[in-house]
Amino acid sequence: MKSKEFFAGLKAGMPVCVGYFSVSFGFGAMAIAQGITVWQAILISASNLTSAGQFAGLTVIATGAAIIEMILTQLVINSRYALMSLALGQRLGPNVGAGKRLIAAFFNTDEVFALGMSRGKQLTTGFFVGVGTVAALGWISGTAMGAIAGSLLPESVRMALGVMLYGMFIAIVVPQAREEKPILISVILALVLGCLFAWCPGLNQISDGLAIVISTVLAASACAVLFPVEEEVAQ
Amino acid sequence: MKIYLYILVMAVTTYLIRALPLTLFKKPIQNRFLKSFLHYVPAACLAAMTFPAILSATENWISGAIGLAVAVLLALCKKSLIVVAVASCAAVFLTEFIIH
Repeated sequence: MKSKEFFAGLKAGMPVCVGYFSVSFGFGAMAIAQGITVWQAILISASNLTSAGQFAGLTVIATGAAIIEMILTQLVINSRYALMSLALGQRLGPNVGAGKRLIAAFFNTDEVFALGMSRGKQLTTGFFVGVGTVAALGWISGTAMGAIAGSLLPESVRMALGVMLYGMFIAIVVPQAREEKPILISVILALVLGCLFAWCPGLNQISDGLAIVISTVLAASACAVLFPVEEEVAQ
Repeated sequence: MKIYLYILVMAVTTYLIRALPLTLFKKPIQNRFLKSFLHYVPAACLAAMTFPAILSATENWISGAIGLAVAVLLALCKKSLIVVAVASCAAVFLTEFIIH
């Protein structure tokens, strides 16, 4: 790994660092609101480096669900990373060894992936890990500050901060749904299913984490059958 | 102590999802259904996690609904991620403040 490439990555990743800081602040505050300690919130962010996955993980922990549910939730919610890792592996080429791949894998988040891939064929593991490192610093420090603030601030502010993560999800989903009609349909399907699991007698016995998994799988499968993507789009 | 087991399982699962395809499979996915499925997972998943959970995230469901409405409106106006998230928070805080 060339240090020059690594530093170029650190620099390029600064905007991601700032964005991650503000969002993970919300995660930290929410974790405290769910009864998790500052240290545990930091540990989650440092070991996972995901947004949606960590958030769903919080729900599983808070409801005291079975371990298998945690595995299922993470598998479904983070399944997109498998696709991104495949694409990243192709881009890095056959000359990059297993050691470097195992390090790069840890940092493969949506934004780090997007920034890395935007470098085209010049992408190196050094650059990728540089972007990932600065992004992770933002994510972990934001979590720490949010968790500390969350334990100091009054309940009303803490609750409002917890909504931040939902705000981020909405900011990601709405523009996509606006651009692509099949995505809009998948979103509507997922919402309808989510409401059924929340309010239908019988169905509302299913835990929140599992309900998210089932809603996601059903909505995404239906759209995959109805609107299969073109070859280039999926990559 | 069980929380550390949860965190460990969560971290290992997430890491394996990222690491296995990057190290083991050198060929791209050919199956069209699987490709399409993975294309639709992110948005569907975020939607399923946000609603109706946002309504029970606050003391009063009305503030959650207002936070949701503010976020959707701003996102439709193509505001940045941070603006949407912060405005949604502020809307929830103000609504809770008015209600009480």
